[in-house]
This record gives sequence, C-alpha cells and structure tokens, in this order.
Amino acid sequence: MSTESLRIVWIYPDLLSTYGDRGNALILARRAQLRGMPVEVLEVRSDQRLPATADIYLIGGGEDGPQALGAQRLIADGGLHRAVAQGSVVFGVCAGYQLLGTSFFAKGTRCAGLELLDLSSDRGPTRAVGELAGEVDPRLGIPHLSGFENHGGRTHLGPGVSPLARVTTGVGNDGATEGAWRGKLLGTYSHGPALARNPDLADLLLRWATGIHQLPPLDDTWADRLRSERRTAVAAAPRP
Amino acid sequence: MPLRAKVASSVSRTAAALSRAAGRGDGSVIGGWIGLKIDPDLLAHLSAGRAIALVSGTNGKTTTTRLTTAAVGVLGRVATNSFGANMPTGHTSALAKAGSTPYAVLEVDEHYLAQVLEATEPHVVALLNLSRDQLDRAKEVAMMAQLWRAALVRHPRIRVVANADDPMVVWAACPPADPAQGHVPPHVTWFSAGQRWHDDSWVCPECGSTIQRSGEQWWCTGCPLRRPEPNWTVEDDGVLDPTGAWHKIQLQLPGKVNLGNAATALAVAAEFGVRPVDAVSRLGTVTSVAGRYAQVDRDGRNIRLLLAKNPASWLEAFDMADVAPTLLSINARDPDGLDTSWLFDVDFSPLTGRQVLITGDRAYDLAVRLEVNGVPFQHVRSFDEAVRAVPPGRLEVIANYTAFQDIRAELDRVN
Ligand SMILES: [Zn+2]
Repeated sequence: MSTESLRIVWIYPDLLSTYGDRGNALILARRAQLRGMPVEVLEVRSDQRLPATADIYLIGGGEDGPQALGAQRLIADGGLHRAVAQGSVVFGVCAGYQLLGTSFFAKGTRCAGLELLDLSSDRGPTRAVGELAGEVDPRLGIPHLSGFENHGGRTHLGPGVSPLARVTTGVGNDGATEGAWRGKLLGTYSHGPALARNPDLADLLLRWATGIHQLPPLDDTWADRLRSERRTAVAAAPRP
Repeated sequence: MPLRAKVASSVSRTAAALSRAAGRGDGSVIGGWIGLKIDPDLLAHLSAGRAIALVSGTNGKTTTTRLTTAAVGVLGRVATNSFGANMPTGHTSALAKAGSTPYAVLEVDEHYLAQVLEATEPHVVALLNLSRDQLDRAKEVAMMAQLWRAALVRHPRIRVVANADDPMVVWAACPPADPAQGHVPPHVTWFSAGQRWHDDSWVCPECGSTIQRSGEQWWCTGCPLRRPEPNWTVEDDGVLDPTGAWHKIQLQLPGKVNLGNAATALAVAAEFGVRPVDAVSRLGTVTSVAGRYAQVDRDGRNIRLLLAKNPASWLEAFDMADVAPTLLSINARDPDGLDTSWLFDVDFSPLTGRQVLITGDRAYDLAVRLEVNGVPFQHVRSFDEAVRAVPPGRLEVIANYTAFQDIRAELDRVN
C-alpha cells in the first residue's frame, strides 16, 4: 500500500465503462473508507499517462473498438506492467479481463493483449447473456460468485493461471470455468457490477492491496439479500 | 389504395377494436400485426398521400411525438401512434385507425428507423439522442448511429431535424455525400436540447479519437466532427427560433428536458410550414403522455409518475422531480432488459435529503446502489405501503418500464 492512502486507479473510463463499471471503484472505496482507510480514486482517461504507483487497478467492459484501442494504449503506456512488477493488484472485467491475456478478438481480428495473464480469448458460437454463478476456487476463501455476463468471447486458460470459479450457471470462460487469477491479478466475465454482488471479492482485493489479513467485518445485509435473491431466481429459472 | 390493402386496413381496424373489447390492451399492436399479415406493404400503402414526420431516439420520443402532433395539428388532422407502440405493427395500426389524414407524426423505435423510413417515405425525421439502453440486448450505440447513417444515405431527400448536442446523432445525421453516385448531403436543421448524459460519446464515431467538451461545445480532437451551430435553442423558459424570435413556452410537463422536447417539436412542425407563434399554445395542452407525468390524488397524497428507462433518463428524472418523498421502483423483466448493472452508471446523490423508498422486483440491487451513494432508504413491498409511508403532499414516483406499468395499473391505468 502506498504511504498515505489506498490509491485506486480506474483505467480508461472513457473507453471501458459499459456495465456499471464505476460500481467496482465505488464499492472498493466505500469498503476501505468504512474501515477507516484513506482512499483516493483516480480516473485515468485514455489520453493520459497511467501512474505506476497505485495499489489497485480496475479495467472495465467495453465494445470491440474501445477494447482494441484500450489494449493498444495500455501496451504503449507500459504503466500497468510496471505496477504489476511492483506488486499492485489488477482487477479486470469482461473486455478488461480479456485484454489482460495474450490475445483477444475484436472487430473480427485477433488483437494483442497485455500478456499479464496466461490466457487467450476468441469468439464463441453464441453470445453469453444472463446470470452467471459459480463456486470460487477454495484457495481464495470466498463464497460463491454471483453476477451477470454479456459477452461473445470464449477464454482459454493456460497453465500459468487458475480459474476463478467453476461455473454453476451461465458460460463464463467456456461453460466449465469462469474468470482467472494469478498472484494479485484477477479477471472475470461477471459484472453486476461484480464487487457490488460479491463483497467478499472486494475484500479479497483490499486484503491483497493492504496486506491486512483480517479486515473488520461490515454490515452486508442488503448485499446478502441481493445474493440470495439472485441465487433463488437462478435456481427457479435456469438458463437453457 | 389497392383492394388488398383496403381489406387489410379494415381488418386491422376491426382486430384492434376486438382486442380492446376483450380487454387486451389498446389493440394497437395486434391490429397492425393482422393487417401486415394480409398485406405486407400495408404500411407503405397507408403512408401514401400523407406528409409524415418520424421521431426516433433513445429517450423522449413518446413525449416529443405527442408535442409534435399537437404542433402540426395547427394545419389539420394528424395521425399518430399515441400508445407508445413504436414498431411497424404499431404504425400500421395507428394509420389504419386514423383513416385518411393529411399528416402523420410517428414515434419509431430506434432499431426500426431504417425499415420505417423505407415504408413511409417521410417528409422529415427527427433524431433526438442515442445512449445505452437495455444492455443485455441493445445494439452498441456506435452501431445504432451507423444504421441510422446508412438509412439516411439511401434517402437524401428526407429533411432531418437533429440534436446538435449529441455527437452520435450529429455523426449519423451527416452521412458523407458522394456526388459521383448522385448523393447529396441531407438538409439538416439542428436543435439544441441539452444533454446531461455524456458517457456514450467520449469516442469519435468517425475516427476513434477522444471527444472534448467545454460548456455546451464539443469537438473531436482527431477530425473535423464538432457541434454544429443549432438553429433552434432553449433559452430561459422559452425557445429561440432560427429567425432569432423568442417564444415563451408554458408546458404542463416538468423539467428542462421537456423544454428541449418542445423546441424539437416546433422545429419539426416548422418543416411542414407551421409558424412557432401559432403552435406554442397547443404545446401547453399536452398534460401527460401514456401515464408519464400523470398526477393522481390518493389518500391525501399527490402522486406524480415519472418514467426512467436508462441512465440518461434517470438523470433527467432527478432533475424534474420535486424535492419531495420519492419512490423508486426497478424491475428487470424482458421489456426492461435483464441486466441491472446500469444502476451504477447513475449517480443517485441528487436524492440526498429526500425521503427515499424503494420497491420492485430488483429493489435489492437498488438498495446496494443507494448504500454506496450514502442515500438512506426504506424498502417497501407494495405501492400501497409506499403511499402509507409518506406524509400527505407530493409523492414522486420514478420507475423503469414494467415497474411503471405495474404502478399505472394500480392507479387504474392512468393516462
Ligand atoms: Zn473524429
């Protein structure tokens, strides 16, 4: 954690902010503030340099054009690679998850990714749209993943990463696994936004960023109700 | 009209009447559907001989259509699809039901604009705005703009009335002219209706560069696309026309956004030769539009209904609502879109300091959102419970599509 405050960078909100992605920054900031941590949220637009010294970097979802452009600019900027080398946390969602890998498809062509995660994405036979749920890798110590997905991609994981979850509803990477993680880098197809629907995932990122293993508990009554209501709805109407 | 079209038109009217009598809504969709089955060209036949205006965009099209209908009414009878049935079946039904009228003003779902342009050959088309709506199935905003643009290239004689404040609309309204192919640029009249929502137009649809903003101006940093000088603008509580004359607008509809809709209506009516000075008083006769802005008194509460379907329209609703107890209701059924993530694109902090109640199928999504915004709220399980929970006086209700219809049904389908 940088010295005075927890620094959260939201990468390129002008390009990658389709599915309420601002929510992930808001949730992290709130959960840190409720524990008394000073927080700074920086929105870095695609025509600005990316600071390499923040604690958590967030990358959201986007349409094909902005995704390809975002990847190009991040590769040219180099700031995210330096931040990762220094141990920063990175959380990518949907298009932002795909571009952390080695390659992805946008506008019909294969685009180079950031090569921060050992995975690659291509096009699936159908668009995956609907509730997404899964049982999270037990090593991460958090309850089931709850979210909503909307993407045409399929993601293939290499040996250098572990799946975030085993899919129980929806498609995720390929119908079997969903998302990926390695070290302090984590990506998912789940929006909703993901951290609003998975407060324990938000706390995991905060633990990674701060090195504090025991965060004081928060009142998650409404998030818990939302999670259980979604779980019931998914069970009642499974996706075809 | 060919015999087949006559039969189809008459059957369409009868079907609509039967559907209404059976209590199945207003019949405007089913009637048009049956008519189109008998004669697939029915919409084109029904359009022939009428001077038509089409109104399309993500937000404000129902209200703008109603205001435009009132304004064009200066000239004679106007057919319109007043029940929000804004796809070709709804247009067919509305025109069949109206019989022969010299004019028609039709609200068009943005996805169907190209198809309806082909069928109706309108005199003028009004392009209001494009923003994210129903994330789980709507086309990308840039793709919608591209579809509009392609449709206008094929119809260069149609006059266009378009929003100078929305970069996506400006780009769609100005397709490249190709003199070699005999293409001429369309005639565009620009209006400025303001735009509170900017999050879908940071990237230039022409060249991919960043769009910069300063005050009401915007321009692309990589190509010549920029805000055109508007011919019609809102100024104070009135509208400035292209001659520089200012017209006071007294609407029964709230909010700055409806002043913008009024300016648009006057601009469209002017394309038919209506002088704004003759039309302004008619705009004031519009009270509510398919339940939107309707006010109902119940148990000492004056309940006002505001429809907000997507992030841009939620921002407008907060602007038009009074500082009063406010009920928010969210569903995520098919017509709403199944994805509620847009709730985090909306800043709910304007509600701070108001008594806020939440309800609807997806009230818990809203609860988590309001918590993050630090806005205190109370969850209620029914509309009646909400009414009982607030003191006598104004209760503002802001709801998305099916939640709005549910509450309208509670209030005996108020119009
Ligand atoms: Zn440009």
